Amino acid sequence: MAGKFHVPDYRYHTLVVKVENKSGVLARLAALFSRRGFNIESLAVAPTDDARFSRITVVVDLESAPLEQIIKQLDKLVNVVEIRELHPGHAVERELMIVTVEAGPDRRDELVEHLDRAGGKVLSVGTDSMMLSLVGPPKRVDDFEELLHPYGIIELQRTGRVALANLDEAD
Amino acid sequence: MQMDGGQALIRALELEGVDVMFGLPGGAILPVYDPIIDSSIRHILVRHEQGAGHMAEGFAHATGRPGVAMVTSGPGATNIVTPLCDAHMDSVPLVVITGQVPYAAIGTDAFQECDTTGITQSVTKHNFLVSDAQDIPRTIKEAFHIATTGRPGPVLVDIPKDIVDPGNPRSAMEWTDDVEMDLPGYNPRTDVDPAAIRAAAEMIRAAERPVLYVGGGVLKARAAEALRRLAEMTGIHVVTTLMARGAFPDSHELCLGMPGMHGNFTAVTAMQEADLLIALGARFDDRVTGRIDGFAPGAKIIHVDIDAAELGKVRRPDVAIQGDCRVAIEALAEVFAADGAGDTDRDAWRSRISGWQERFPLYYEPSQPGDSLKPQFVIERLRDATPDDTIVASGVGQHQMWASQYWCFDHPYTWVNSGGLGTMGFCIPAAIGAKVGCPDKMVWAVDGDGCFQMTAQELVTATVENIPIKVALLNNSYLGMVRQWQEMFYDERYSEVFLSKDVPDYKAWAEAMGCVGMRVDSPEDVDAAIAKANEIDDRPVVIDFRVSASEKVYPMVPSGASNSDLVVPPSQQDLPR
Ligand SMILES: Cc1ncc(C[n+]2csc(CCOP(=O)(O)OP(=O)(O)O)c2C)c(N)n1
Ligand SMILES: [Mg+2]
Repeated sequence: MAGKFHVPDYRYHTLVVKVENKSGVLARLAALFSRRGFNIESLAVAPTDDARFSRITVVVDLESAPLEQIIKQLDKLVNVVEIRELHPGHAVERELMIVTVEAGPDRRDELVEHLDRAGGKVLSVGTDSMMLSLVGPPKRVDDFEELLHPYGIIELQRTGRVALANLDEAD
Repeated sequence: MQMDGGQALIRALELEGVDVMFGLPGGAILPVYDPIIDSSIRHILVRHEQGAGHMAEGFAHATGRPGVAMVTSGPGATNIVTPLCDAHMDSVPLVVITGQVPYAAIGTDAFQECDTTGITQSVTKHNFLVSDAQDIPRTIKEAFHIATTGRPGPVLVDIPKDIVDPGNPRSAMEWTDDVEMDLPGYNPRTDVDPAAIRAAAEMIRAAERPVLYVGGGVLKARAAEALRRLAEMTGIHVVTTLMARGAFPDSHELCLGMPGMHGNFTAVTAMQEADLLIALGARFDDRVTGRIDGFAPGAKIIHVDIDAAELGKVRRPDVAIQGDCRVAIEALAEVFAADGAGDTDRDAWRSRISGWQERFPLYYEPSQPGDSLKPQFVIERLRDATPDDTIVASGVGQHQMWASQYWCFDHPYTWVNSGGLGTMGFCIPAAIGAKVGCPDKMVWAVDGDGCFQMTAQELVTATVENIPIKVALLNNSYLGMVRQWQEMFYDERYSEVFLSKDVPDYKAWAEAMGCVGMRVDSPEDVDAAIAKANEIDDRPVVIDFRVSASEKVYPMVPSGASNSDLVVPPSQQDLPR
């Protein structure tokens, strides 16, 4: 575990938690958060290049508890191997959204224009709807989602964010 | 060597040095009970699994070695959840083995299946569900390592039946003597940061009103000797929390006794007025601090704890020292031995302390001729009639507070009690476990009538297994502590706290369980009964002391109040503080 913590000046911080790839580990982490009253904003789990470990990227709400307590309690879980705290200003954060939105033929060009500007893709086109995807920093995904509301969102899925430290700041 | 999983489990326990375990068999754990017959391990058959858990705790408290319990799946496992939680709160090293339904049946709601690892996740330091017989020796090794290192605590190992059942091919395994642990995420740190030690030493030298705030961690770190040296070389007064009674001798001139909700006036007030608290293995529990924003408002804090998460959890320390208490205490003592402990003038502080000690000693109204027996008096007589290394176990309630206040703890590991969870029913089985661990010491259980009725059946275990503990039952016919709150904070409206004056007949009940039973109603008979009990060493003894129901525990910090608003006994209420 890193010995030093950034001074938290954002409400949400991202923790990248390397855990043993054993059954029940995610439940332990989730149970710890609920037992101690820590709020999770988003959570993503994936295997790493080493089959023994998984990586959990969890965005925590610092209004529910101090960052230092959250990290120290997490570190007590026997299956947690390493915790890295990514300060929002010093990390690359990405999130994927896929969304089906109402889009009759007359509104498609306009939608695609927005999509291009945000850097998204058209996944498929139906009679009165389109399925779009966007990968980007969480803020851009938020903004794009906002923009889609007037069109009518039929279904929407977001992954929660994943993150890595900026290259020159990785330790 | 070819073995089945059950044999491997017992063999692994033997290799960990286990010579006694507490438990009760059932379907899922049956195959592991068979090799016990051929093992050197003594198994103590309890009457309820909660008893097994508290016995293992009592054993661990008294000996410092991990307590071991083994129970079956389902109801056996759920019955031991309370002791697990108790051990988790009080950092008691336990290894609990539970049977589980066969691996393939997990998740099917099989007979006596429950999600043991799920249920116990938040009340254990760690738990394991073993899926393969070959993993048993490694898992047991890991369980003992986790339970006994870092901040100690309970570890549960859940064992599906098929991997220990010799009739099942899944139980076959190859035993090897050298198994390696695989715990990449577990690296407890014991060394301390020298810079933090120097900063702490500087702060201690400069302090005018310092107090050593000693918690259970000092006992866990086996640091009582080191603490005494530190206190004596600095001349700093010591308070010992409920979990740390005995970590510093009560009869020492620097000892102020117990702080907290029912702490004595001087301990509580010295902390409130201190300019420096040196917290050693203590966690700023709400029962110690009272209302947190009113706690020791003028004090700087040095906080030593092996658990990093305790540092800053409740009160932000000025110097945080993560590591083993003994290592930290010895490092501080070394600094003082080399460069002196400073020459800050503390005469004024010392005289304030002795003033408090003179004006506000622990006090109760002694009974007048014809009055009923006072519980505090019973404890005082018992204290004076027993060897000073007697182990005292207690339940939870008024009797617990009186025992911790009026006993004189001069030795570490002589006080066995449930602090963090406050578990009624802890006393009898914990006393039994302590006696099993320390057969040559006298063990007295000071229990309440409410608590006693929760786990008294374990006296049957004590009789049958020849574990001669002694029980002083402070029978006030009430759930006394709750009655006290109702008297003080609910306008004397007594709701559901009266037990009964006459039922059960404790003497007859004790005798039915194979113990010697006695009853004492008046102060004149106390000494003779205790003397008689002290002489009996071939079976348990129970003395039913019929004590006054209206006694209250003083001093008291009302829940939610600041420690500065400590309520003292009526006779001290008008004295200047
Ligand atoms: C299992 C459990 N249930 C309830 C409580 C709440 N409680 C705390 S003290 C107490 C009364 C204990 O009565 P008794 O054993 O007679 O002790 P006394 O206070 O009378 O000395 C109760 C009910 C508890 N601590 N534990
Ligand atoms: Mg009572």
